[in-house]
Amino acid sequence: MSSYYLDHLQYLETEAIHVMREVAAEFEKPAILFSGGKDSICLLRLAEKAFRPADIPMPFLNIDTGHHFPELNDFRDRRAKQLGGKLIIRTVEEALAKGIAVQPPGQISRNQLQIPTLLAAIEEFQFNCCIGGARRDEEKARAKERFFSFRDAFGQWDPKNQRPEIWNLYNARINPGENMRVFPLSNWTEMDVWEYIRQEKLEVPTIYFSHKRLCVRRHGQWLPVTDLLPPKPGEPVEELVVRVRTIGDIISTGLVESPADNIDDIIAETSVARVTERGSRADDKVSEAAMEDRKKAGYF
Amino acid sequence: MAHSPHSVDLLRFNTCGSVDDGKSTLIGRLLYDSKSLMDDQLEALERSADITGGGQINLANLTDGLRAEREQGITIDVAYRYFATPRRKFIIADTPGHVQYTRNMVTGASSANLSIVLVDARLGVIEQSRRHSCIASLLRIPHLVVAINKMDLVNWSEERFNEIRYQFEEFLPRLDMKDVSFIPVSALNGDNVVDPSPHTPWYSGPTLLGHLESVHIGSDWNLRNFRLPVQWVNRPNNPQDPHLHDFRGFSGQVAGGIVRVGQPVMVLPSGFTSKVKEIWTLDGSLKEAFCPQSITLVLEHDIDVSRGDIIVDMEDLPGSSTDLHAKICWMHPKPLQVGKKYFLKHTTQTVQAAVTVIEHRINITTLDQEPGAPELAMNDIGEIRLRTSKPLIFDGYAQNRLTGSFILIEQGTNATVAAGMLHPPTEIAQPEYKDFAI
Repeated sequence: MSSYYLDHLQYLETEAIHVMREVAAEFEKPAILFSGGKDSICLLRLAEKAFRPADIPMPFLNIDTGHHFPELNDFRDRRAKQLGGKLIIRTVEEALAKGIAVQPPGQISRNQLQIPTLLAAIEEFQFNCCIGGARRDEEKARAKERFFSFRDAFGQWDPKNQRPEIWNLYNARINPGENMRVFPLSNWTEMDVWEYIRQEKLEVPTIYFSHKRLCVRRHGQWLPVTDLLPPKPGEPVEELVVRVRTIGDIISTGLVESPADNIDDIIAETSVARVTERGSRADDKVSEAAMEDRKKAGYF
Repeated sequence: MAHSPHSVDLLRFNTCGSVDDGKSTLIGRLLYDSKSLMDDQLEALERSADITGGGQINLANLTDGLRAEREQGITIDVAYRYFATPRRKFIIADTPGHVQYTRNMVTGASSANLSIVLVDARLGVIEQSRRHSCIASLLRIPHLVVAINKMDLVNWSEERFNEIRYQFEEFLPRLDMKDVSFIPVSALNGDNVVDPSPHTPWYSGPTLLGHLESVHIGSDWNLRNFRLPVQWVNRPNNPQDPHLHDFRGFSGQVAGGIVRVGQPVMVLPSGFTSKVKEIWTLDGSLKEAFCPQSITLVLEHDIDVSRGDIIVDMEDLPGSSTDLHAKICWMHPKPLQVGKKYFLKHTTQTVQAAVTVIEHRINITTLDQEPGAPELAMNDIGEIRLRTSKPLIFDGYAQNRLTGSFILIEQGTNATVAAGMLHPPTEIAQPEYKDFAI
C-alpha cells in the first residue's frame, strides 16, 4: 500500500482547513464562534492550521448567557489571548437590558435567549458568516445540515430549501443582510474531537476532567449545585466525582460520574459510552424536534 | 507520511434505494449490529415506535431525522451518519430513492468512495436500481455494491440471487464501473449485514460490513497530475519572526498528484514558472505533499499569484478553454435556460457562464442519449456546451473529480442550480505570457 493516503483525522483535518480557507477568501466579515468548549477548541487549532504563519483573519465571538461555567470563561479568555485573536463577547444580560431578548415568564433557562443575542451581535458587527463547531453526529436535525448553511435575513434555517453541496465546491454567495453559518467539523464525531485534542496536545477546560462537586439529582441527571441552582428544601445534595461530557449552561448541563482525569481515559470512556453526548443536555430533551425548531429560529 | 498509532482510514459511502427497499432499515441494521447506537437513541426509537411503527421498533426511524419526514414517512434530504469499527471509520450519506430526488443522490454520492444499491430480491433489477447505478457511474464512484435485500422473502434462494446478479451484469457494460460486488442480505433480520448468515451456505463472500471494512480505497484520489488551486494568499502582516518578513505562501488543498520541494511548477493562467521552495504547514515543513492535503506552498520567485490561479506540474499541464463540454445534473425547480448567465464555480474560482447548447438529455435508466431536449428540468441529467467569461483551467472529470467538476449558481437568488462534470480538454493550457522567463 502506498504511503500517500490520509488517516481519518488527517482527512477530517484537511477537509476542515479547506472549508475555513473558503470562508476567509469568500467573506468580507466572518467570525469564529468560540465558547471554550471542546469543539470550538478544535476550530481554533484548525484556524491556526489554515492561516498561519499569518494572523487568523477573523475575530472570535462568544454569546455569554451569564450561566456559563466560570472555568469555561476563564479558559476562553486565556486561549483567545494566547492565539493573539480578538475576542468579542456579547451577553444575554445586556440583550435583556436592551429588550433585544425577552425572558418568557417562569423560565430560567437562557438557552433560547442566545438566539436573539447572537442575531443582534451579527447585526452590530455586520458579520456575514459565522463559523461554528456543530457536528452532524450530535443530533438528528444536525445530520441534515450542510457545511455552508444558508440563513435568510432573519437568521432562519429552512431545511427543505438548502443548497446542495457537491464535491468540495461550496456556494458561499449571499445577498446583503443574509448570512452563512459554516460548520467545518460537520463530519467529525465526538470521538474524532477527543482524538484530535489528544493528537494536537490541546488544552481543554478543567471541567472536562473528573473533579469533586456538589450535585442534585433532577430529571434523571446530576446537576451542579450553584447560586443559580440551589437545592430545593429537603432535596438531597451529594458530593460526587464527576465531569462534563458536553458543556451547556451550568443550570442544565448534566454531569456524569467518572474517574476520567486525562484525555486517554476520556477517549476510553467515550469509546464504550452507551449514551450520546447530547443525552446529558436538558435543552435537547424538550421534544423530539427541539433542535429542528431552534435551528429554524436561528440557533446553531 | 507518519500516521498516529491510533489511525484508521475513512470510507465514505452512500446508500440508494427507496423506503420500500429497506434502505433505512439497512443503515439502522449496520448501526445497530455494529453497536454504534446509544441507549438514548434506542430509547427515542422506542418512544417513536408507537407513533409510526405500530408499537414495533422501526430501525428506519434512526435515519429519518426531521419531524416533517417522520410524519410523512419520507426522506427529504441527504442525511449523514457516522460509525466506526476497529478497522475503519465510516461516513454514510443516506439519500432518498424517489425519482424527484436525483439531485440529493448526486449530492450524497459526489464525495463517496462507494455506493450501495439496494435491490428487493422479490422484484429484481427494476428501473430504480438501474437509475441509481447509472448515477453512480456518471459520478464515477469507484466502488459499487449491489445488496440484494429481503432474501428471507425468497427463501434464501441461490437461484434467485444469481438470476438478479445476471440481470444486473447484463446491464453492467454500459456503466464503466470497475469494481462491483453482489451480497445477499436481509436488512430486517441482519443476515450478512454485520454477521454472516446461516441461511446462505452457498454464499462465500464477505458480509456487507466485512466488504466495507476491506475494500481498497488507497487509489481513489488522483495521485498522478499535480494540481494546487490557490484558495488564499498567506501574507503575515506584522510577523514577529524576521524569517517571515517576506513570507508569501499560496494556500490550498492539493486537488491532484504529488508535489515535492525543488519541483518546477507553472502558475496558470499566467504561465509564470518557478520552483517549490517550501511546503509550509503548522506542523513543520514537508518534503512532499499529495492530494487531498491542505498545504501552503512557497515558491522560489516572487511572482503574482492570487485566488483562482492554479499551480501545476510543468511537465503535465491541464486543459484550458472558454468553450466547455460537460454533463450536468440540473438541481433546481426552475429549468436550465439556454443563453442565460450563471455563475460557475470551479475549484477556487467563480466566473460567468452561459449554456450555449443542450446537446441531449441522458436517460438515467439506460444511459441512452435523448437528442432534441428543449430544456433540462429538475433532476434531469444532460450533456451541454457552455461558454465562460474567462478560460477555465481544468481536467476531465474522469481523470480528476476535483479539477473536472463545477457548480452553476443562479445570479440574484444565489441558488446552486446544477452540478457539472467536464469532458476531457481538447486544448492544453497555453501560458498567457509566453516570453516570460526567469
